[in-house]
Amino acid sequence: MWELIRANRRKSFVLFILMGIGLILLGAAISYFVNPAGMGIDGIIIALLIWIIMSLISYYRGAKILLAASKAKKVTSDVHPQLFNIVEEMKIASGMEYMPEIYIINEEAPNAFAAGRSPKHAVVAVTAGLLARLNRDELQGVIAHEMAHVYNRDIRFMTLAGVMLGSIVLISQIFLRGMLFTGGGARYRSSNSSGGQSQGIVMIVALVLAILVPIFAGILYYAISRKREYLADATGVRFSRYPEGLASALEKISGSKIEMKSSNDVTAPMYIALPFSKKKKAAAGLHSTHPPIKERIRILRAMQGAGFMDYQAAYSEVKGKKSGIIPKSGLADTDNSGIRQAFAESDVKRSAKRNAGDIMMAVNQYRFINCDCGLRMKVPPEFKKKSISCTKCGTVHTL
Amino acid sequence: MVPLFVILGILVILVIWFVGIYNSLIKLRNQVKNAWSQIDVQLKRRHDLIPNLLETVKGYMKHERETLENITAYRSQAMNASSVGEKAQAEGLLGGALGALKIAVEAYPDLKANQNFLSLQEELTSTENKISFSRQNYNDQVLFYNNKIQMFPSNIVAGMFTFKEEEFFELEDPSEKAVPKVAF
Repeated sequence: MWELIRANRRKSFVLFILMGIGLILLGAAISYFVNPAGMGIDGIIIALLIWIIMSLISYYRGAKILLAASKAKKVTSDVHPQLFNIVEEMKIASGMEYMPEIYIINEEAPNAFAAGRSPKHAVVAVTAGLLARLNRDELQGVIAHEMAHVYNRDIRFMTLAGVMLGSIVLISQIFLRGMLFTGGGARYRSSNSSGGQSQGIVMIVALVLAILVPIFAGILYYAISRKREYLADATGVRFSRYPEGLASALEKISGSKIEMKSSNDVTAPMYIALPFSKKKKAAAGLHSTHPPIKERIRILRAMQGAGFMDYQAAYSEVKGKKSGIIPKSGLADTDNSGIRQAFAESDVKRSAKRNAGDIMMAVNQYRFINCDCGLRMKVPPEFKKKSISCTKCGTVHTL
Repeated sequence: MVPLFVILGILVILVIWFVGIYNSLIKLRNQVKNAWSQIDVQLKRRHDLIPNLLETVKGYMKHERETLENITAYRSQAMNASSVGEKAQAEGLLGGALGALKIAVEAYPDLKANQNFLSLQEELTSTENKISFSRQNYNDQVLFYNNKIQMFPSNIVAGMFTFKEEEFFELEDPSEKAVPKVAF
């Protein structure tokens, strides 16, 4: 297992360096264009500074910002004991030392994400809609996928790579907009001092770089992101030993037509499935952070066992090509654990909307009182009286 | 003088090598112990849950006396077991009896609607999952440790300090044999 992380890290590092070179090239070209005498050094420094500052912020504050943006609330185990149990099960299965913090998001759309720079600082967040819709096996599949992201150290890498992409886009946007405003004024000014011919070439090179570098960096970033999703599926199944759980959860998630209100382009890559409507998803293609959900489901359902080798076999079968998704060193992992049995019970009978509402009430510390007459009362935390009488039969309940 | 230094050098290397093997054996043995304590925590949790569970279902299940008595008997048997092998056997039987209870519950819709029972059932399911996940981890650690003890040259060091092979924890669940496995 550990080998897989290391192989992952090596590959990520190479891609990371490539994006870094893109950032430096962009900075150099722009500053050379603005001020040829500086040889592009100041541009490189500015580009790197922007990247470092943004990286530091997202490294240390990223999880907090993400949780605040999605309006997630930290919960204790009595709000949803099953969720806590499942997270602990997956913690044991992964052999990780720390229990992540658990958050619930007040959204009806089913989705989930993991955040945090290391297993010690990990956070797992799920929406109320997800808890309302999934049965135990499916929820375990989703949590296993999220814990796999934590285990594979995906979050730290994707955050840093995402910030680098962000910096590249930011710098090229500033440059291109500046060009529009000044109408290439810099060209006239500088063409007096040096040869106009070479200046023109530099300008074209800088323009081309400002347009192309963000595109290539984007394609690179999205390609890694998609690969990491497949890997998290494979690792998650190895934890839970039950591919059908995740497959059926993904089916339910993709079947939902509700869009998440609190997500945007920046936070989207963090979720287990893209939190957008179908129309937006279709427009993505190469620029998608997630592999097509149908393909993920087909791979999971084609698995013969729960090990990495089984995922690789299923991946090749579905994709119809020999290309590997699991690094070779991961395949050497001698794990031939079979698929476990399903928990037959627990079909969600009540409407998902009502369930989600109840979960959010629990998150917001409402108290639930089951009266003998069959009525279920939901008491808000503001209610300060010591007892409450049932509105249907009049029985007095002490709080 | 030179041969003396060569012999001394070889001796020093031998000692370092020896200490290295000894330490790695100790480390592996501790990992096995740690993995075992993780299973033990979950097994204890299961034993603690059972009295509550029986108390809750007793009122509803009039016709399942045998099943409930089995659970009580296997529970005390499991709590008194000392060796890994004995424990595995008793816990396997206990797991089987609890499985039988789970099936029997299907005939009592009132019980299935009982909030208290539902939360106990969730706790029990989760504890069983935790047992099986930590069991896998324990068996992995035992495999590493036993391999080291059996393989040359570490078997020499293991023999000198009487490192003993550890038992695998294989639960024999009778219900597992009865139910045909469904392959997806």
